[in-house]
Amino acid sequence: MSDTYDLVRDAGAKPPILTLPLDAWHRERGGRMVEFAGYHMPVQYEGIMAEHQWTRAHAGLFDVSHMGQLVLRGDNVAQALESLLPGAFTTLKPGKQRYSLLLADDGGVLDDLIVTNRGDDFYVVVNGATKHADIAHIAARLPEGVALAHLEDHALLALQGPEAAVALGALGLVPAGDATRTLDALVFMEAAPFVWNGVALGVSRSGYTGEDGFEISVHRDHVAALADALLAQPAVKPIGLGARDSLRLEAGLPLYGHDLSPDIDPVEADLGFAIPARRRVADAGYPGAARLARAFAEGTARRRVGLLIEGRMAAREGAEVLADGRTVGTVTSGGFAPSLERPIAMAFVETALAVPGTSLTLSVRGKTLAATVTSLPFHPHRYVRKGAA
Amino acid sequence: MTRYFTADHEWIAVEGDTATVGITDYAQSQLGDITFVELPAVGASLGKGDSASVVDSVKAASDVYAPVSGAVTEVNPALEDAPELVNSAPEGEGWLWKMTLSDAGQLDGLMDEAAYAAYVAGL
Repeated sequence: MSDTYDLVRDAGAKPPILTLPLDAWHRERGGRMVEFAGYHMPVQYEGIMAEHQWTRAHAGLFDVSHMGQLVLRGDNVAQALESLLPGAFTTLKPGKQRYSLLLADDGGVLDDLIVTNRGDDFYVVVNGATKHADIAHIAARLPEGVALAHLEDHALLALQGPEAAVALGALGLVPAGDATRTLDALVFMEAAPFVWNGVALGVSRSGYTGEDGFEISVHRDHVAALADALLAQPAVKPIGLGARDSLRLEAGLPLYGHDLSPDIDPVEADLGFAIPARRRVADAGYPGAARLARAFAEGTARRRVGLLIEGRMAAREGAEVLADGRTVGTVTSGGFAPSLERPIAMAFVETALAVPGTSLTLSVRGKTLAATVTSLPFHPHRYVRKGAA
Repeated sequence: MTRYFTADHEWIAVEGDTATVGITDYAQSQLGDITFVELPAVGASLGKGDSASVVDSVKAASDVYAPVSGAVTEVNPALEDAPELVNSAPEGEGWLWKMTLSDAGQLDGLMDEAAYAAYVAGL
């Protein structure tokens, strides 16, 4: 037997694997640690299936401290962000967040990220495996007067699921800024500062599971106490990377390094929502603008889609997608979907075939699987939006 | 009936010149929730160390190798509807396939229960 998380193999001449502030905390709670993004991280505690279902029904606590937490501050910082990223940041109001993409000059995706306007500065969360390259890319392109800081002393927790708001609410967080910006007042993609037991927390209502939930930035010295307080809530269990992956796949959310890469542009990846109309022009002034303008104007040859797969056998990254015996695309991530009780996948396929309802086949280890293109997400998002009761 | 174990976490229970093969409890605990098992074809000829079956878990697909050489005589029909038997009873109802032994001498290179327990304890 062998598998991708092989325990027996010699690690070889690799850089040392780093530990995160909650390393001992995970091990004490039965977390099975694997290497991810250069860190020891928990892939599961009681089991991926159970953790996935728990998060969909209650609240799951994820340690995502491997991610890069950056702060940009200075003169005209919103304009500086627009010179780096294809999103709209001069119109992003304080307390609001936006999803965006870091692009190479040729329009390929270097990372995906979330930008928060904190009023005095902009806070950016990037992927763990790419954070050092992101920092170099951003630092090399920042205009005079804008400074970039990496919050290496901060941990990041995510609390996700329909009972997340009640569980976090039970901790009695006190607004640190505008007193009207309580936890309950936050809606999806909004953020605010809070104080808990004298500890500063940066809280946003966002996440990577498709559920309602929060991401909480806290100094590393206090993260274990915060994780303990959250875990003391009956609705909360710790959740590993395995369920984080199956939850985000069902939610139709791309994973950098798999569904996004330097060979893929955001239009192909069906992330056009992140680029407002005024920025879809070749002279918009950010790396990759010319390719994006062309992609929006002329369309792209391929498109990211969801696939529902017949039977029980999963198709994983690298599986060929075929139509009438001809290769028309590739699976970029896939697996068994616990909430749908069937295998699902994301793939890039020829645009003419990227239409929900289209029948395709997949080639997996010499076997042919039937698949149907479906609209994303696979599992409905349950975000708390403005105006919702 | 004698049971042997491989370093790749298969078990093989030998009775005369036929044997039953599965994955160990340690293996299933490492793989996690098993969602699908791809079994060899009955009649297939396996060489020792050949990939004979694939166990799909939520997180990954893992090869199961033939512990010895021989021909597949039967596969576990229960796994089609209940692949989770490999999690709940890996060394019993969750067996994978039965096979003939073309070279019983190959068993000498495998571990017995005590040796395998010591091997797992050292991982």
